[in-house]
Amino acid sequence: MRHKHGVDGMRRILVGIKRVIDFNVRVRVRPDGSGVVTEGVKMSANPFDSIALEEALRLRERGEADEVVAVSIGPNESQQQLRDALAMGADRAILVKSDAGLEPPAVARVLLELARRESPRLVLLGKQAIDDDCNQTGQMLAALWDRPQATFASKIEIKGDVARVTREVDAGLETIEVDLPAVCTTDLRLNEPRYIKLPDIMKAKKKPLDVVELSSLGVDAAPLVKVVKFEPPPQRQKGVIVKDAAELVAALKQKGLV
Amino acid sequence: MNRVLIVAEHADGKLNAAVAKCVACATTIPDAEIRVAVLAADGTDVAAAAAGIQGVSRVLLVKNPANEPALAAVLAPQVAKLSDGAAFVLGPSTTFGKDLMPRVAALVGAPQLSDVMAVESATRFRRPVYAANAIATVEVPAGRQVVATVRVASYQAAPGGGPAPIETVAVDVELPATTRFVSVSAARSDRPDLQTARRVISGGRALGSAENFKVIQSLADRLGAAIGASRAAVDAGYAPNELQVGQTGKIIAPELYFAIGISGAIQHLTGIKDARTIVAVNKDAEAPIFEVADYGLVGDLFTLVPEIEKLL
Repeated sequence: MRHKHGVDGMRRILVGIKRVIDFNVRVRVRPDGSGVVTEGVKMSANPFDSIALEEALRLRERGEADEVVAVSIGPNESQQQLRDALAMGADRAILVKSDAGLEPPAVARVLLELARRESPRLVLLGKQAIDDDCNQTGQMLAALWDRPQATFASKIEIKGDVARVTREVDAGLETIEVDLPAVCTTDLRLNEPRYIKLPDIMKAKKKPLDVVELSSLGVDAAPLVKVVKFEPPPQRQKGVIVKDAAELVAALKQKGLV
Repeated sequence: MNRVLIVAEHADGKLNAAVAKCVACATTIPDAEIRVAVLAADGTDVAAAAAGIQGVSRVLLVKNPANEPALAAVLAPQVAKLSDGAAFVLGPSTTFGKDLMPRVAALVGAPQLSDVMAVESATRFRRPVYAANAIATVEVPAGRQVVATVRVASYQAAPGGGPAPIETVAVDVELPATTRFVSVSAARSDRPDLQTARRVISGGRALGSAENFKVIQSLADRLGAAIGASRAAVDAGYAPNELQVGQTGKIIAPELYFAIGISGAIQHLTGIKDARTIVAVNKDAEAPIFEVADYGLVGDLFTLVPEIEKLL
């Protein structure tokens, strides 16, 4: 029996928060190809996850949820991103501690286990993490949970036990309806996340942040894909600055491009 | 023999051009036997188009009214069933494929490789990470089924050939009714499709308004080009979301790309790295777009773009 409103009657939203290299950092590959440079590099919540959290908070403010739970899976330092989430307005947070990076199928299985425990009506995730750029986890969770998915959301409206979601697709904007519980992944234009205010940072220190060891969840998190090496992408040759439109058009014509 | 199953994207009875690019990727897998699955309400024309791509050995047509418009939750269990015996299950890295393929991967218990840009062997692949600031070579276990999306900008469409036989198949799985299509608002346009166009003219924040985007439209008309936009221009409402080019928008590989009034954020450059020739017009000589542009023109776009157009 699936509980629509959580085991304790709470209408809950689970939000995924991944700690990633800040989107403003110019990422560089280590000379030995073993990874990318992370020493002294600013880390932040994945921007799409901040959008997911903002949407969860807005749904709670509109009376569509009672509790927003922020979840991260990663190293102990991810507590920083969860504290930020609590300061933004999440009610509580859970860190599933894992020093090894998890692949999307494993992340989906961890989230499935948490969904079973928490019985959320909605799981809100970023559409992709800006580090591995996989864009897989939400869809995988929805499949394993045997629930609907609404990916790349730019608008979410909840009416009763149905969410109407507008999605950013290649053709334009698509609207679908999904029965709750469901998994929704966020696109850029869903909202603009609020700024964290100083008093909220103080308040967030008193909010519950549970730390759970990955091994205690009984989830198969074994990696399936081995990264052999990282390489910098081929660099484009720097071109020329032309002096005017005539020189540009002449050059394009000479190359047969126009 | 490595059987490859490609999921065909289609709309309005037309096969998406990305499918022939998936076939091109599949042909680089050693010892590939390529099948294309068409899940449609009718699908006769789509199947015929897929059967006419060189390299395709068989088209599997699944007719079911529930298959259109396409919903990942409805298609995924059918694709999972069809993938029985396939070493690889491929879809395009379009919003259709990105939505569907991970759901398939989870159902069949396979890992997914997103945005495959090169096949090095039956177990080794290359894909971009960190907004393509790094290229990862990844290895999957031999003999294990793999689901992947194909970075369409990395491949030229496979040429015409065949025709391969079309087999209408019944897939006996229960389809969920918990996801329902409501509507799609697609801009109808005579312009070439942004993802497959040979020429693309993109506008950025410096356009200043949706009204001013007509400068871009006019040049695009002159060149028979598709129109694109930077995230900033889309966020500001100057252009619709489906025109966004970049890490989280469309990744394109035209022969000629014009970046007009686009500063060149890393995320935008990710989307145009495979363009053959990049032209940048920007009033800021220090804009990062000039680092990647083959031809840079510094100055006011509202003066320069009409000048360029007149000279063509």
